[in-house]
Formats: sequence, C-alpha cells, structure tokens
Amino acid sequence: MTGLRVLAAMSGGVDSAVAAARAADAGHDVTGVHLALSANPTSYRTGARGCCTLEDARDARRAADVIGIPFYVWDMAERFAAEVVDDFVAEYARGNTPNPCLRCNEKIKFAAVLDRALALGFDAVCTGHHARLEATGPNGAARLRRSVDDAKDQSYVLGVLTSAQLSRAMFPLGDSTKDQVRAEAARRGLAVAAKPDSHDVCFIADGDTRGFLRRRLGSAPGAIVDADGQVLGQHDGSYGFTVGQRRGLRIDTPAADGRPRYVLDIEPVSGNVRVGRAEDLDVDEITAIGPVWSGLNPPQAPVDAVVQLRAHGETFPATCWLAGDGLRIQLHAPARGVARGQAAVLYDDDVVLGSATIASAARAQVPARPPL
Amino acid sequence: MVNSASAVYLDHAATTTMAPEALAAMVAELSRTGNASSLHNAGRQARRVVEESREQIAQAFGARPSEVVFTSGGTEADNLAVKGLYWARQGAGLTRPRVLATAIEHHAVLDSVQWLGDHEGAEVEWLPVDNTGLLSPDTLRAAIEADPDRVALISVMWANNEVGAIQPVAQLAAIAAGHGIPFHSDAVQAAGQVPVSLADSGATALTVTGHKIGGPVGAGALLLARGEEPVPVLHGGGQERDVRSGTLDTAAIRGFAVAAELAAAGRAEHAARIGQLRDALIDRVLAAVPDAVLNGPPPGAARLPGNAHFSFPGCEGDALLMLLDAKGVACSTGSACTAGVAQPSHVLLALGADLARARGSLRFSLGRPSTMADVDVLGAVIGEVVDRARRAGRQSGVSQAAAAGAGNPAVIAAGQAAAS
Repeated sequence: MTGLRVLAAMSGGVDSAVAAARAADAGHDVTGVHLALSANPTSYRTGARGCCTLEDARDARRAADVIGIPFYVWDMAERFAAEVVDDFVAEYARGNTPNPCLRCNEKIKFAAVLDRALALGFDAVCTGHHARLEATGPNGAARLRRSVDDAKDQSYVLGVLTSAQLSRAMFPLGDSTKDQVRAEAARRGLAVAAKPDSHDVCFIADGDTRGFLRRRLGSAPGAIVDADGQVLGQHDGSYGFTVGQRRGLRIDTPAADGRPRYVLDIEPVSGNVRVGRAEDLDVDEITAIGPVWSGLNPPQAPVDAVVQLRAHGETFPATCWLAGDGLRIQLHAPARGVARGQAAVLYDDDVVLGSATIASAARAQVPARPPL
Repeated sequence: MVNSASAVYLDHAATTTMAPEALAAMVAELSRTGNASSLHNAGRQARRVVEESREQIAQAFGARPSEVVFTSGGTEADNLAVKGLYWARQGAGLTRPRVLATAIEHHAVLDSVQWLGDHEGAEVEWLPVDNTGLLSPDTLRAAIEADPDRVALISVMWANNEVGAIQPVAQLAAIAAGHGIPFHSDAVQAAGQVPVSLADSGATALTVTGHKIGGPVGAGALLLARGEEPVPVLHGGGQERDVRSGTLDTAAIRGFAVAAELAAAGRAEHAARIGQLRDALIDRVLAAVPDAVLNGPPPGAARLPGNAHFSFPGCEGDALLMLLDAKGVACSTGSACTAGVAQPSHVLLALGADLARARGSLRFSLGRPSTMADVDVLGAVIGEVVDRARRAGRQSGVSQAAAAGAGNPAVIAAGQAAAS
C-alpha cells in the first residue's frame, strides 16, 4: 500500500534521513520534521554526537532538501523536558536506572508527535530505528522484530510501544545493516552519510551523567554498606551508582576476601548503596510493572520467552506470567546485574512479545513456580 | 504534500517579489565592472550609478542625497542608528545612558538596544504600547521627562512588522526634538505602503530596505539627517560619509533605487488596492473562523494596508502554517526563529496577549502581485485548516486510541518501503 501521508522524524542523523528517503521512494507523501527537544538548542551537545544541536537541525533540513520533501521543526522541548528529562532525574532519585531513549519513544515520538501528526492528517510516523515491523501480529496488528543488523538492533527501546502505537509506526531500515544504510546515504548524496553515530544521553551535553544528576539533584549523602549492613564508606548521591557497577566506589577498606565489590542495590529511601561480591549480583526472579503486549494478547497462562534486561544486553530464557497488574519473570539461569528501572523486553526468537519495567530482582532460594 | 513555490504567496512582509524594472536594471549593472570608489573611468561610471540611485532614493523618502547612507539592509541600518547614535551621544563617561524604545521593535532594534544595556551600560527603557500596538505620545513624553538630559536616543518603529500598527511618528519625533534627543525610526515595513519622508517626519534617522519594496535583498539605507555623526559599526574605507565602510554594491543599489522610485510613485494606488484586498481577506477569514481575533489596529489609518494578523484560539501557529503550506498558501507565524522553532511573539505579548494566543497566530501580508484569487484560495481553505489544527491542539492520548481497528496500512507500507 502506498500513498500514505507520512511524518518522517528526522534527527539530522544518517538513519532517519535514509528512512525518510525510503518512505518517499515507496510512494508515500512524506513530510520531514525535526524535533527540537531543547528550548535553547545550543545548550545541548556541541559536538556531532547528539541529536539536538542547531547543526543537527540544519543537517536534517539539508537531507529533506536532497530527498525533496517539505521540512519543518516541531518544538517538543516542554514535553521532552517533562516526560523524558524530569523522568530520568526522578528515576535516578528513586534509585532506579532509567532508559531515556525508550521513554522518548514511548512518550514523545510515538505519543506526543504521533498524536499531533494524526490530528494534522498524517497516517503514520516514520523513524530511522533499526527494527522490523510486520503486519502479522495478533489481530493483524503490527509485529515488531529485531533488525537484521544485530549490533544496531533497537527493538529493545521500541519494546515499550503498544500495538496501537506500532500500527502507526514505520521503520524502513529493519532489513538493512548500518553499513548498507551508510552506503545508501552516500549513493543518495546525503551529506550525513559519514556522520558519526550518536551515543550516550542526548540531553547531557558533556556526557557526564553523574555531573548532570548532581546539578539537578544536589548532594544527597548516604552510606555504602555491605550485605550485613556494615558501613564501608560514604557517597554524596546514590544517583551516581548503577547496579553492577564496580569502579568508582571509593571504599577504603578492602573486602575480607580481597575480591572486587560491586553495587548490588540502591535503597530508595535511605539512599544507601549496598555492595557485595560478583556472584551476589546473580538474580533469577524478576518482578516488573506496567506490562505492554505488542506481540501477543495478554497471556492467560505462563509463556516461555527470551528476555532482554538492558539495551544491547544478552538474552535469557525465562518463563513469564501475569501476577496482578505486574509481570513475574523466572529466569531459567541467573542473570548478573539487573537494574530496577530498566525494561525487560520479552522476545519469541526475534519477535517482540511485550515489555515491562523492572521493579525488583532477587535470587530465589526456592524458585518461584508459575501458577498452574 | 505540495511544497514547490507556493501558489498563493501571502508573506510579502517577509520579502516581496522584485519589480521587473528593478530586476532588469540590477542585472544590467551586474554585467559591468567598476568600483564606485575607483578614480578611473570604470570607477566613475559606477559612482555615477550610485549617486543617481542615491538621488532617486532621497527623492522617494523625503531626504537629501547626502542624507542617504547605503547599508547592506535594514538590520545593518538599525544597528548603525541605535549603537552609533548611542555612542556618539556619550561625552566623557556615560553622560546619556538612557535608551527608549518600544517593546514591539523588530529584533534588529530590540537586540541592538538590549546589547547596549548588557554590554555598554545603557539604561534600557521599553515603552509600552496599547493593546493594538500603538505608542501614545504621552507615554513617550512622560518617559523622556523623567530625566531628559540623560536620554541618548529614542527608537520607535514606523510600522510594526507583525500586527501592522502605524505609529504617529511625526508627533513622537517632535517631542524628541523638543528635548534635542535623536529620534530613529525603523521604516522598513512602512516604506511603499504609507508616505515615508525623513524631512516631513522630523526624525533624525530612518531605516529603509530594498527587498520589502520590490528591490533586491542586500541593499538598504539609513536616512540620516545632516550633522549627525554616529560612531561607525563597520570600520574600513569610510565609503559612506565615514560612518559606513565597505565597497558599495552598485548593482543592488541600482535595483533598490528603481524599486524605491516605483514604490513612491505608485504608493497611493498600491496602498488602496492592497487595502481592499486586505479588507476582503479579513472578511473571508472571519466568515470562515468566526472566533478568530484580528490583532493590531482596525483597518484604517493606523494599520498597514497590506497587513492582516490573526489569533486562532485553540491552534498552534506552526501547525496552521504547515497545513496552509501543504495547500500551497505561504504565510508567517511572524516571529524570529531558533533552529526553526517559533518563539512566542514578543509583539503579541506586549499587546497583552497570553502565551496561547501569541502561539496561535498567523500573519498574512499582501504585496504588488497579490490578487483577489489569492484571497479566495485562503478563504476556501482556512476554515478546514483551523479545524484540523484545533484537533491537533486539543489532542491527548490519541496514540492510546490509535489502534484504528483491523487493517494496518502503515505496517504494510513499511514492509514495502524497506524492500525498496
């Protein structure tokens, strides 16, 4: 089917430029839109790594010129600040480890932008995410699959999207590798063909997440404790720590066994950071909240799936079942370093089934059993 | 979406079509070689063109030829007037730090004044306007009289670029003159639509530019009363009365002069014609969108004949602009951009509009090529466009309800797109 009215979100990078070009080639009526995510764009990244600078807006505009589509800038700064940046800060303040790209997809690109686009008469939002969409999910709804390029696959940060959101999404790059996309950009005469990939968090200009959080949250001193609650040191903000972290703990007293210590947990109320041995990071029981099912109907019975617990992380076979409003995940073998606030995305092979936000993780003494 | 050259161009206040005569004169000049400051024959020929042009422009704007200081355009002329006159007015130390300007100036004045405040010790006072954009002479008088001896200069734009309000410039300039204070007015929008005369206005300096009156972008002038010596902003060869340096752009100046002469000669007829079109445009828009609000003074002597500016309740200006653009209608949200992001208009805020009203506004501006057919097209589409923009303005949680039943056009299409 062709001739849809498509809004192509164009960050100024190579992926979204090629995605827009492919949508136009496929016969759609494509309009390029750059999302301005900062009210004061120059205050964001000054290098070529991010996606929010004036230079990026210009790159997006030039790509739209070359493709031959209209181009506009949409000011999403307020929504982005409220839904992504403030959420990022609040999650860290709670001792969680959020994924802002996922939140941006959930709340900005496929919510605020999609809603506005639909109201203005567009049929779909196209992005340069590396993931595949196929029309063979339940009820004919969208089915989200991993990209053919494992290294660039972004299905994890899209796993939070509902079927409704996916039904209005368009990801034209899922069948291509990044190298193919870059080569195509060069063939098309897009100046961004060799532009470096963006990394890190786009709204933290210098890449110093801890410094950013300190400016936002101020000093929040707490203790670094061991498994028995013994105080080993002090910190000035638990937001500087992530489960699984080894470096930068600044503990003066070495562990009794002389082995390295890792962050096991961040206690939300006290702000205490609990550390311990590597093997204490192993968990196999995960409780997650806010499940979203895009690849199957909410399961009435336990399902076997492979679960990814962080972006670009490995996957773990697991049995999953709904428990109340939440999701229980029983890993078949332990995973190491699972952080609250990250998404657990469930796959059947390379097809996304659904996702939920990790609320707790533990090592079961006696493995939980799914309900019969 | 259609997005080639817009079929219906209603953004003549941004820039307007070049007059064919101006274009021809400019192109002819571009093919000649000669620097107007050179002493040989080729130089003299270029100088002759520049000086004839200077005379035409002086004639068009009620000035003497020696009062025409060519610049690269309105922004440069505004910078020279504001900064140059401010500096020239200071004796030993900051003897006259006060700068008075309206809150609705174009950014070329607004930011120059603010810069003086931020970096040069100026005491900046923004003069309030009424809810149609007009500055009362009493307001200016009271502001001056608070401490007249310490006022460096006053800058009040002749006609506002967004809402079209025409200030009583002669009255205001007379008040300033009574205190011996230099009075500058940015007449970029007024020129060609209302009579603009340096002599009749009594102003010290007026800014005009070519591309708003059928000339090229890149040529403008500061009309500067004799005896005024602003401190230069651009230093160099001192080509223009030693207050402005840079090789004169003979061809652009030629085009500017031809356009100025045409604009002055045809002004009354032009103003009457576009004034009628503008009135029809307002009628059509209000008929299609009864709750639209016309911003600025009512049509009449206090409003530019080519200007119509509306707020559309419940809409975002950028959504309206995009939807109209898709229908081939070009207009403006009327405000400065950062990375293409429209900021809420400082002009509308100064008129007392709230943020929502300031964001939900559009300017339509008419020019020489405008016809009733343009107005008809706008009248035919504006109702539908506003309806759609309102839905977008009100939307919330559409994404949650976007399942849109069975069938999945986007996904099918995505598969095709990826395969191509």
